[in-house]
Order: sequence, then structure tokens, then C-alpha cells
Amino acid sequence: MSFLLTCPNCGVREVTDFGYGGEISARPRSRPTLRQLGEYNYFRRNVAGVQREWWFHRSGCRAWFVAERDTRTNEVLFTQLPADPGDPSAA
Amino acid sequence: MSRLPNQPGELINRDNVLRFTFDGKPVEAYEGDTIASALFAAGRRTFSRSFKYHRRRGLLCCAGQCPNCIVAVDGAPGTRACTEPVREGMTVEHLNAQPGLDLDVMRATDLVGTKFTPPGFYYKTFIRPRKLWPLYEKVLRHAAGLGVLRKEQPEREWRTEYRRRHADVLVIGGGSAGQAAAKEAAAQGDDVVLVDEGPLRIEPIAGVEILARASALGYFDGIVPVWQGDTLHQIRARRHVFATGAIEQPLVFAGNDLPGVMLSGGAVRLAQLYSVSPGTRAVVATTSDRGLEAAATLHDAGVEIAAVADLRETPSPAARALSERGIEVLTDHTILEATGSKGVEGAVLGPNGVQGASVEKPFKCDLVVVSGGFAPAMSLVLQAGAQTRYDPARGCFVLDKVPPGVTVVGEVAGVDDDVVAIPPPVAGAGRGKCFACLCEDVTAKDIGLSVEEGYDSIELSKRYTTVTMGPCQGRMCQLPAIRLMAKETGQLLEQVGTTTARPPWVSVPMGVLAGRPFEPAKRSSIHARHRELGGNIKWAGDWRRAYDYGDPQGEALAVHQAAGLIDVSTLGKLLVRGPDAGEFLDLLYPNRFSDLKPGRIRYGVISSDAGRIVDDGTICRIDDDTFYVTTTSSGAGAVEEWFSWWLADWRMDVKLTDLTQGLSAVNLAGPNAREILANLTDLDCSPEAFKYLDGKQARIAGVECLILRIGFVGEVGYEIHFAAAYGEHVWDALMEAGREHGIKPFGLEPQRILRLQKMHILVGQDTDSESTPFGAAMPWIVKLDKQQDFIGKWALEHYATEEPATRLVGFTLGNGYVPTEGSVILDGLGVPAGQVTSARFSPVLDRVIGMAWVPSPLARDGSQITISDEGRTTEAQIQTKPFYDPEGEVLRS
Repeated sequence: MSFLLTCPNCGVREVTDFGYGGEISARPRSRPTLRQLGEYNYFRRNVAGVQREWWFHRSGCRAWFVAERDTRTNEVLFTQLPADPGDPSAA
Repeated sequence: MSRLPNQPGELINRDNVLRFTFDGKPVEAYEGDTIASALFAAGRRTFSRSFKYHRRRGLLCCAGQCPNCIVAVDGAPGTRACTEPVREGMTVEHLNAQPGLDLDVMRATDLVGTKFTPPGFYYKTFIRPRKLWPLYEKVLRHAAGLGVLRKEQPEREWRTEYRRRHADVLVIGGGSAGQAAAKEAAAQGDDVVLVDEGPLRIEPIAGVEILARASALGYFDGIVPVWQGDTLHQIRARRHVFATGAIEQPLVFAGNDLPGVMLSGGAVRLAQLYSVSPGTRAVVATTSDRGLEAAATLHDAGVEIAAVADLRETPSPAARALSERGIEVLTDHTILEATGSKGVEGAVLGPNGVQGASVEKPFKCDLVVVSGGFAPAMSLVLQAGAQTRYDPARGCFVLDKVPPGVTVVGEVAGVDDDVVAIPPPVAGAGRGKCFACLCEDVTAKDIGLSVEEGYDSIELSKRYTTVTMGPCQGRMCQLPAIRLMAKETGQLLEQVGTTTARPPWVSVPMGVLAGRPFEPAKRSSIHARHRELGGNIKWAGDWRRAYDYGDPQGEALAVHQAAGLIDVSTLGKLLVRGPDAGEFLDLLYPNRFSDLKPGRIRYGVISSDAGRIVDDGTICRIDDDTFYVTTTSSGAGAVEEWFSWWLADWRMDVKLTDLTQGLSAVNLAGPNAREILANLTDLDCSPEAFKYLDGKQARIAGVECLILRIGFVGEVGYEIHFAAAYGEHVWDALMEAGREHGIKPFGLEPQRILRLQKMHILVGQDTDSESTPFGAAMPWIVKLDKQQDFIGKWALEHYATEEPATRLVGFTLGNGYVPTEGSVILDGLGVPAGQVTSARFSPVLDRVIGMAWVPSPLARDGSQITISDEGRTTEAQIQTKPFYDPEGEVLRS
């Protein structure tokens, strides 16, 4: 696997600079059933297509940010800090 | 050294003689020689013994393409003599021949054993009796192969540098087409890298970084690794230009592997670049003008040309030019056989497709020059996503479609307009072995046999006969094998298709790929002291740490009896600060921190949302808004990531500062620790004023410190954190003040004994990714009555009500035997049901103690467990309370 990612703080870097935080999933807001908890902990949608995911600039500014990536082509559509205005996950 | 007179464009410097050895014998070379050119000039014709039959093999391509001249250089096998420059004093040795290249006893496999060694013979012959396979394997490994790696490798003196290079354009191949493409791109303002593996010097081009004597290894998701000496360039370019050229193909005929059979390019390179005559009298067999041009060049260099067989029916202008020199050119002829025992002594030419002694023409010669046409070197561009089609006019596979961003130029693109005849799949069959694949000793007959046995696709035949799987990676054998497969199966070549192009394109040392390029060692600011004290320094994760100072047992005892000092700078140290800091930690830990009073310390275990233990450490509240969090040494980075991840999601008013590198820390522990500390600070260190789990800020030896009174090692202890710059100063001050109190430095190993006596867990040693705080005997750390949510709450609520299968407990052994960590705990039926995580001899308790995960029903004081340590079983007693100071009275005193 090899592609480029744009850290919102540092700019374009090799993907090996970053840590992958997995697809963005919502933590249950209230006590889940055991099954819901298991799904939250262990199940991933694992989409073949565009997904929102967490990345961590491990060898750089050590900031977490959000990316949209096509898992089939590794094309990164955009990246942004989670607090950026316009980020739906900031809601 | 026998050399031709000065050749235009020769690469050798005749004024500088270099010396090296081949199989122990001295050889002279000129600067600029390759190992092969020097050896050939010195009279050597046999360069290797073949893989299976141990036949003599000589120089064929002189371009690093074929397997024939692979040697060991300075003990490292796998070097091609024809491209490796001679260095003064180098030691070169042959491979795969016993006792030597010129007399190889394994040649018997060729002379008498051929019918016993068809493709796949080892699958058929050596399978029974099964238990003898290790013996068979040993014999086979010895008989075949490409050299032996020394068991004891000398300390590696070189290391690979990894270099990342981003460019606009990467041009692979520095021939005329590649150079032109690079020049053109640079002229447009592009940042260009040009990679070339050949021996020829490329003149500098403005705006182009030229990587010479460098090999592109493959194409991986847009990255092209380029190996150049001690550097592995990882080149990422927006556009790729492949100028990889074409590879001259051999012809398949009887004896086509005899030393003295050379590709036309190889013979010409030897003569022109190294001024070495490839022979005295040559027979040439060709399918295009290339062979004719080579004949003219060699003739110019003084080689007598006995005859030329041109497979084409009509003489080309080049053929007529040769005839005018008085050279016999036989059109519509090909070579049937090369004869000779140790090397070429003659050649038999015959008309294409006609059999019979009457039409055959034998010639005496010591050199057979062959040219079977050229196949585009497409492997790299195919890895980049290009597709091929069969070109019936050229008789080979050519590029059909290339992906966006990829350009092909030069011979790989197929611009060669030379008229080519397509050679028969095999000529002279029945006269002797006709090799399709030199690397793996696969003959034309073998491919026929593989088809007979049902391996009738090129990919299956490849796996069965191993054709194309040797060091040449199909350069010499893919096209011949496809032609033979088409003949045997009656298919068209386009139906047979090609095998998949896979990296690496050139042979590359494992060390270049796998060598750790960058091994940063973390050392604490006190490291020099540990070395001066004779510390036994070892790796601990990324850190270099003192495991002991020569006497781990004595060091542990000193902590109990007087005082000890250990460098714990490796601990992770995080400052969590802000109005929401308390609430933030309440969310991250199963216990509470918002109610922790400033100046107090609480132990915490971080759990995941699955309820599993992630890390542990102590947290000291410095003031209302500030918490000082310590983590395990190995978990420091991961905990910072974990904290900042949740913070990014929750967006609370908290700032995280990682102080791990900026602060040093030492732990002063033992009955005399208080007195030693009191000598160095104005702080009231009395038990009443500085209680267990107090955290205080004070100066020690003039340095501002945060002093945490905690008890990891079980004695009264002070963990002292301070700016790393003062590491040696504070260490020295404590050691000096402690001298009259019997202080001793102690290392990681005695610390492990001491903490085990207290059953303080080491996350990752005593826990794994399945461990919960309940299983790890720390239910008290989980505050399920907390009002707010916290990470892991829901899973822990579940685990609180469920009996875990195993629990972490202590055990003691009476017989002095220390079980290996990882030993198995057997249940009553002798079934593995748990494991030992830690075990040590405790000098203060004078017995062996340990911790283990045991089945829950056994996790009671006094239970007997059985430990199985690689076959040895032993009984142990369960203990659930700490072995030393179980009630913590010493700790609190």
C-alpha cells in the first residue's frame, strides 16, 4: 500500500508518515445491548468505495484528522481537522 | 591478460592494474573491467555449473541478464560477474560445483542421470519413505542451488539508506530514448529523475537527477524502488517513462548452453567495452540484422567468421555487405547444434525445417554467436498496469495498452523496424539437450513432458518445470518457453499468453530490502552514568536501558535493606491541562480523577471500549486544571495517540503536552530513601508531611522536581521527575547523598523482581489484548457507580457480572526451579488452561515467585496448579495477595 496524504497542518506526505485510525464510526450515546456493543467494537462496514476515516500524523505534527478515501483506489478526496468548519462530524 | 588493441569506446584504463582472486588464484584486471571480462581475458571460459545437471556454463549476455556468470563476491553469493566491476583485493568464488568449476562430480546427473531427473522428479522420487525427506532435502539442497550463505555472518558493516524522492517524471532506462525523454521533460520545467543500470557514463542533463548503476526493482502502487549501492531510493513520480529497452533472445538448439555460445550483444560488449576477443573463429546464427552487424564488428576486431546462418529467406543489405568481405552467409539457415566437451569446438548449420545429414554443414569454431531477435523488456511497465498482445510480425509479445501517466519510448515500445524471422521453437532436437531455460536446466523436452503430464498452460508448466523462475526471471526463457508450449499444445502464441510479471526485476540482496534502515536508540539523559557503573545495557523497546549492574539479586536486596536508585526516564509523561482536564480523565479511565485532590496521586488502568487493559500508570493532580499522567515505557506513544484521538472527537477544553522526552525521572526507594531525600531538599519529608501517594513540587539539589511518593517496588519510594538536562546532576547528587546510607543503583531486572513481589502487573507482560481489569484481579479500579460514561464502561459492566475463564494470580514454587515465562498451566485433565506470565527467584523471600493466568476455579489461595515447561511439569501453590508486604504497611510507613 502506498499513496500520499495531505496533513491539514503539514501538507502532502507519504502514507507511511501516518497512523490509520480506521473508519469513522459513532460511539453509542447510551448503553448499548451486548450485540450493539460487539458490533461497535469489532464490526466494520469495510466499504469498497469512499469512506470517512481517521488518520494520525504520527511522524509529524501528531494531530488526528479526518480523510475521505476511496478504498478501491486509495485516492484521497479530502482531509481536514475534525474541528474545521463544514466538517459534518463536528456537529 | 590477452586484449585486443585499443577499441573505440573501451571502458578499461590500461594504466591501472587491479588484482583480485578467483577461487583463491590471483587474477589481474584493468580498472573498468568487470569480474567476467577480466576472467575471460585471463583465459577462463567456464563461469558456473548449471543448477541441476552441473553442466559448464560460460558468458552469454555480458549484460547482467542471464544466470551463467553468477559468483560469490567476498562471501556473498548471487553476484553477476559480467556487470560487477573489479575492485582491488576482492575475493571471487564460483558457486554450485564440487570440488571445483573445472571438475564437478555432480556432472554425473547430466551424463547418466538425465532420465531419472525429469521435471518434478523430486516430487515423485523422494516422497517415500516420508520420514527420510529431511535426508533427501539435505542431499538435494547440496546438489542444486546458487551458493551457500555463510552460517556465521560477519558483523554487517554497511547498511542501506532509504531515500524518498518525489519527482514529476521518472525515466527508467538511460539509453538514447530514455535520455531524450528526460531532456525533453526537463526542458519543460519538470523535475526529472533518470535511472540507468548500465555501465556506460551518461553525460549530465540540466534539470535531471541521474542515478547511474542503479536498478529499478519494481513498480509498487506508484513507487519505484531503485537500488543503487548502499541506497534504496523510493521514487514517487507523477509520470513514468519506461525506456527499458529490449532483451536479446537466445536460440534453442542442441548444446545451446556450451561455453562459447554467446548472444551477439554479449560478444560485441566483450570486444568493444573491454577489448577482450570473445573467440578466434566464430559461427553466427541470427534471425535479424543484429547478428550480421555483430559478425561485422567481430570481424573488424580480428575474429575469423567461419559462417553466418541467417534465418531470413532474402539476404538483407547487411548480409550482402558481409558476403563482400568474403564471409559465407547462408540464408534460410539456422544452427542445429553446438559441439564440444568443455566448450564450443564446432557448430552444425542446416536449412530451416529440412532434416538430414546431406544438407547439414559442420564448421570448426570456438565461438557461436546467436541472435534470436529481441523481446521488449516489459516487466516493469506491466507491473505498472500495461497490457500486452502478441505481434506475429515480430514474433514476440509487445505492449498493447499503457495506463495513464505512463509513456514507453525506445525499443520497449517496439520502434525497431528490423526485419525479423521467427525462429523454430527448437532446432536440432534429438542431437542433445536443447535448453529452453538455463537458470533451472529446463530442456525443450522437459516442457513437452510437462504438457504430457497435464501441465498444459504456461502458468502451470512454469510451476512444474520452474521455467522462468530462476535468476533471469524469464529474460532468456519466457519467449522460448511460450513457443515450445504453443508447439506442444497446438495453440497460437496469443492463446498461450505470458506469465505474470512480478517484482523484483533484478536480483537484489535481502539486506537492501529488509535491512532496518533507521534504528534510533533512545537513551535517557543519565545513560552515560549507567555505562560508567558497568551497567548491562540492553534494548527495552526503543530504549537502551541498564538491565542490571552485575548483581540483580544484590541490587534487589539493597532496595529492601538500604536504598536503591533506578533511572525510570523511559516512563511516558503527559501533562493534561485545562478546565475540562478532570472530566476528560474521568471519561478515559474506569476510575475517578475529577475528585482527586491537588497534590495527591491515584493509580489508573486505561481500558478500551471492549473492556481490555490498554495501559496503566499513575496520575498526580498538580492543581485544579493540571494532571501529570505517567504511562508505561512502551505505551508512551500509544497513550498519547489514544488521548489525543478522543480529544479530537470530544473537543473538550484540554491541552495535551507530551513531556516524555523532556523530563527525566528516577525512583529512589528503600528504608533509607527518606533520609537521603531529606538531605537534598528543604521539603518536609516526614511520613506525616509527605504521605504515601502524595505528589509534591520541590527543589532537589537545586533542581525543580515533581516528587511522587509511590511504591512500584514495594519499599518507601520517591519517583522524582525533572528537566532532562539535569539528569546526571540529580543522579549524582542522590548517589552522593546516599553513599553513607548504602545506596546502590538498580536496573530493570531487579525492578522486575521487586514489582513481582508486590504483584504489580506489567501491562503487556502479565496482560494481553484479552485481559480485563476483573481478570487481572483489579476489580477495585473499575468504578461502575460513576455517574458519567467512560471508555470501556459498557463492556466492563458486562464483565463485572461474568466469571472470567482465567484469572491472574501469584504462585510460589518450593523447589527453586524458575519456569520459563510463557509456560503452560494445565488443568486437572492435563489440558492447557493458562500460562505463566512472570517468574523470578526472590532473594528476600528466598523462593521462586511468579504470576500466571489460571482457570478461575483454581484462583484461590492454596490451590495447587501444574506448570508444564516444555515437557517438564512442576507443581505450584497459588497466592492471591502480594508476596512481600501484603498489607502495604512498609509502603505507607
